[in-house]
This record gives sequence, C-alpha cells and structure tokens, in this order.
Amino acid sequence: MVTASHRGGASVLARQRARAAWVFLLPTLVGIALVAGWPLARTVGFSFTDARLTDLSAARFVGLESFLSVLEDPDWWTAVWTTVRFALVSVLLESVLGMGIALVLHRRFAGRGLVRAAVLVPWAIPTVVSAKMWAWMFHDVYGVINAVLLRLGLLSEPLAWTAEPSLAFWAVVMVDVWKATPFMALLLLAALQLLPEDVYEAARLDGAGPLLAFFRITLPLVKGPLMVAALFRLLDALRVFDVFYVLTGGGSETQPMAGYARQWMFEFQELGVGSAAATLLVLLIALLTAVYLVLGRVRLDVGES
Amino acid sequence: MSMVRMGRMLALMLFVPVAAGAARLNIACGSVGQEQELCRQGAEAWARQTGNEVSLVSVPTDAGQQLTMFQQLLAAGGSDIDVFRIDVVWPGIVGPFFIDLRPYFPEAERAAFFPALMRNNTVDGRLVAIPWFVDAGLLYYRKDLLEKYQQRPPDTWQALARTAKGVLEGEHRAGQVRLTGFVFQGKAYEGLTCNALEWVDSFGGGTFVDAQGQVTLDNPRAVEAVSFIASLMGNVVPPGVLSYEEEGARGVFQSGNAVFMRNWPYAWALANSAESPVRGKVGVMALPRGGPEGRSVGTLGGWQLGVSRFSTQPELAVQLVKFLTSAEEQKRRALVASFNPTRVALYRDPDILRANPFMGSLAETFANAVARPTVTGAKYNQVSADIRNAVHATLSGRGSAQENLRKAQQKLVRLSRGGRW
Repeated sequence: MVTASHRGGASVLARQRARAAWVFLLPTLVGIALVAGWPLARTVGFSFTDARLTDLSAARFVGLESFLSVLEDPDWWTAVWTTVRFALVSVLLESVLGMGIALVLHRRFAGRGLVRAAVLVPWAIPTVVSAKMWAWMFHDVYGVINAVLLRLGLLSEPLAWTAEPSLAFWAVVMVDVWKATPFMALLLLAALQLLPEDVYEAARLDGAGPLLAFFRITLPLVKGPLMVAALFRLLDALRVFDVFYVLTGGGSETQPMAGYARQWMFEFQELGVGSAAATLLVLLIALLTAVYLVLGRVRLDVGES
Repeated sequence: MSMVRMGRMLALMLFVPVAAGAARLNIACGSVGQEQELCRQGAEAWARQTGNEVSLVSVPTDAGQQLTMFQQLLAAGGSDIDVFRIDVVWPGIVGPFFIDLRPYFPEAERAAFFPALMRNNTVDGRLVAIPWFVDAGLLYYRKDLLEKYQQRPPDTWQALARTAKGVLEGEHRAGQVRLTGFVFQGKAYEGLTCNALEWVDSFGGGTFVDAQGQVTLDNPRAVEAVSFIASLMGNVVPPGVLSYEEEGARGVFQSGNAVFMRNWPYAWALANSAESPVRGKVGVMALPRGGPEGRSVGTLGGWQLGVSRFSTQPELAVQLVKFLTSAEEQKRRALVASFNPTRVALYRDPDILRANPFMGSLAETFANAVARPTVTGAKYNQVSADIRNAVHATLSGRGSAQENLRKAQQKLVRLSRGGRW
C-alpha cells in the first residue's frame, strides 16, 4: 500500500515535471517547426509536383516523376559520388589531423592558451570568405601556392588547381580540412582533458611506451566523443555547398548534391525536380547517419543512463 | 578609422543616395569591369536632373548567378528592385515579370534601335526591355609581340595556334615563362557556351539547335571545332582557363601574360586605361574563322533594361530606363568604357569611332553575329548547361569531343521532346 501510494506520488511529480519540460520546450519546438519543419515539408511537397519557379500556382501533382528524372540523370550520380567521396575523405583527414593537434595542445607548454585560440581562426572565418581567399591562392597565374611550389622546385609549371576536375576535388578537400580540423581538434581536446591521469601513470609503471599508451588507453577512452564529432562533420560534409560553389563554380563534374539541387531549382527553374533532389539528399543523409550509428555503436544519449 | 565611419563608407559604396528627393528607385546593373561605376554615374545624373534618389543593388558577376537571384526575387513578387539589367537570352525567361514598354516608346523611337534586338526583346507582342548595350565576342592580341616575331594577326584558329606557338617559343627562351598563348572564358558557365558557339559556328558546325528547334549539336564540323580547341590545352591555352570568367581572362591578358584573348568589347577601354601594363600594345579584331572555308563569328550578347511588374513606381522607373538608353548616355558610355550603343545612328558618330576604332566594323559584326539558340525558350539554361558541360569535359581531357557531344546531343533531344521545346 505504501509503495503504491509512494509510486502514485512520484508519478504525479514526474507528470508535473514532464509537463513543465514540454512547456519550456514549446517555444523551441515552434521555432524549429517554423524555420526548419515548414520549409522541409514544402520541399517534400514540391517534389511530388511539376512546379516551375516562374509560376508556382500552376504546379500539378505528378507522383514520383520528378524523383525518377533525378535518378535517371547520370549527373546526379556523379554528384552523389563526388559528395560521398568528399565527405569520407575530408572527415577522415580531419579526424586524424584533429587528433594530432589535440594531443599537442593537451601537453603543457608556454603560450598554450594563445595557441588554442589561434587554432580556431580558420573555423571562425565564414566558408564563403575562406573559399574565395583560397581561390586566389590557388590561381594558376598569380596564386601564391603555385609560386611557392615552383620556387621550391616541386613543380615545373603552374597547376590549374581549381580548373581541372581531378585537381579541383583535392583543392576543395584541402580547404575543407583547413577549415574544419580546428573544430575536430577542440572537441577531442575536451575529451582528452577528462581522461584520468593515474591510468597513464600505471601504464608507465608497467613499461608501456607513449605509442602503446595512445592505442591501448587514449584511443579507446575517447572513441565515443571522436565518433560523435566525426558524425557532426559527416552531416556537415554531406550537405556541402559553398566551398564547391565558390572554388569550382558549377561544372557537372565537380558538383555536390546540394549544388545539383540548386541548379535545378533556380538555374533551370524546375522547382519540382530540384525539390526531389533535395529530398533525396535528406534521405541519403538520414540513411548514412543511421548506418553510422549502428555500425559505430555510437550513443547520442550519453549521460541519461 | 572608426568602425562607424568604415561602416558608413561601406554603406555608401553599396547604396548611393544621390539627392534627398521625393522618390527612390533601385536599379540592378552589372558589376563586370567598369560597369558598376558607369551605371552609378548615369543613374546619378538622372537623379540630379529629376530630384529623385537612385540606389544601386550589387549583383554577382556570373550572369547565371544573377538570373538565379532575380528569379527568386521576382517569383516571390518582391518590389526591392525597380529596374533590372537583363541578358539578351533572358527575355523569354523573365518577360512575364516585366511591364510592356511599348506604350512608353512610340514607333519612331523604337525604330532607332537595332531591329534584331527589339525583336529579341519582344515576347508575345510585349516589349519587355530596351536594349542598353550590345556585345559580340572579339579577339584581342598583343600588337607588340606579333610585330616582334613578324607575325600578322591570325584570320583562322589554326593560324592563331601557329602564331601563338611561335611567340611563346621565343618569349619562353627569353625568360618570359609566365606568358601563355590564348585565354578565353572556359569555366563551366554561360560564357563557355558563348565561346563554344563561336568555335562551332566558325567551323560551319551550326548553332547547337537550329531555327526549327532541331538539335544539331553532334556533327563532324562541331566535333572538329571542339577537338581543335581541346588540342591547344596545355600548350597554347593554359589549363587555368577552365576556371576563368570574363574578368579572369582579362586579368591574365591585361597583366601582360597572354598573347591572345577572346573577350567582349568592354575589355578594350580597360586594356588601354592609364594603369594598364599593356596600354597601347593591344590590337582588336573579329574572331578567327574555322579554316579557309569557315566564317568569322561572334556570339551576340548584350544587356537590356526592363521594369519590374512589382515596382511601386513604374512610371518613374520607365523614365530612368529612357534616360539610360538615350543617345547621349549611350555615347558617354561608348567614349568612357567602350560599351557598344544599341542605337544604329551612333555607329556613324565620329567621336565614338575615334575612341573605339573597332566599332565601325562592329556594326557589321552585329549584323553577322550569331544568336544563342533561344528557340529553346524557358529551357535555354538547361540546353546551355548540357553544352558547356560537354565542352568543359572535353577541354579538361575527360573523353573525346565525339563522345561528349554525342552524349549532350542525346540529352538535348530528350529535353526537346522532338524539337517542340
């Protein structure tokens, strides 16, 4: 009896708490629904029509026709391949480099605070600005990168970094790595600082070298935060648009999926087809995220239990 | 300098309030070369005369991006811009959003402009824009270098390649390692479609889509033309052109790093401006023919001014358009920045011909200029994208001209629904 009334009392309190939580969450939920949910719903809605940008009122329901025309377009599959390759390569590089930088910043040295702040500068610059800056540095005739490589004797003639599709891909990866590595490094640094010192001391006493300590202790302990940080970057990289747009400017061979959707929506005025491409992009991101979470056994609700 | 002052200066650069007047108009004109400045001066002059205010809206330099921006604004019924500067291939796309200018320009006044342009700007019997300046592709060359190697300006593409190779060999040996042969607009955007049209038509390969709407892209002459230019990549043409727009090409040529350049007429005044390193060393001529049987072709370009249907002051906006397209204003623009007038009579003006020696012959070039296939109507942008992607792939060494043009041909045929568009 006592337990029952006790349980009943707790559930009243729990219900009150849950209600309060919802009340506090409500403004946020309404905000998200307005700025994210509504546009997304409209995009999905348009993807089932033949809407043209010039006259939205004339749109008719056409079922899956727009999706089929995207899936039949070889340019779309080029864009998918470009995006996925870009996301995997750049996130891998960012994780490795970010880990290296985090390990360095984790050590104590004079001016560490200043270095930590300075490392964040690339992340703070808007992508469009940094991409434009890199575009000038990559310029084939008066770019500084060619000038340096020529001076060092690594090149015999200037390369057109952003012009040739094979080079342009790597130029874009380079800019993205330059920009996002600090973000990665900062998240990993936070994780490193939570690691207990005594484990390392014990390892040292047992005669483990720094390399062994890293692979046996550090890596397993920061795996969770590392996977979550990599997931953030992966989501970002899959919906990439601005770096490609500024650096390579729209050729079908160096175009991410978001660029493909933009081109159909606005340049070709085919809002229906463009929306279908955008919807497919969202589905693909959701799918890859699910696969990643399952395969990596990543838990996003750490701290709950 | 304080942040506030800097901010104020920035604001001034973007929006130029002219005089405190009754009404305020917003105009979107171009930003390539000296256009922004010229437009500002013209708009200011009108504002002073009429006691109104005009603001300039900044637009992207890439025409395709500009159209995208305009489309979004107009599709949403936005009244932020009153007067739009639109490309020669856009009347079919943005026409429905613009007011009919026929009532404001009586018959006699309309007759003063190039008839072909007026026809181009008439959509379903409505005159949606007034021609502001007209363009065609031209070949710029370094007079001094050609003289040094006793070469004549080339009249075929093959001769251009031979001449460039000869000059490069000599100059590279003399230590000018940065010099390249020929630059043009090679980025995968509208400009590449214009260049490709010139190559293909000059080899006798047609205009991608014929007047009846049939796709003609994949033919032996077109393949020959694109293959020929692709064969110049890496020796005469620097690989960097694959990322150049108008200003990218001009930057290389005007800094003295190229023997030949294909560009629009606006580059003439800039190449000869006081601070230009190649001032006085530049010659200009019609583009080369595609071999002895070919013909010299320049793609017809040019910009028009139209008034938005959503403008809150359409009458006033029309006045601004009238002023900017007037004979006096067009003459000023021709003298200061070599913009080609759209009024036929100005091509007999001695002042204009003295400042721009090439303009006399250009009147003829405009008569022969080849128009982009606007028979494709609202699908033009898709057509252009497929063509330039095929050409860009060929120039960057991905597949032969034959394969790439055949693939583009198939896409266009499907898109055209049997030539009905």
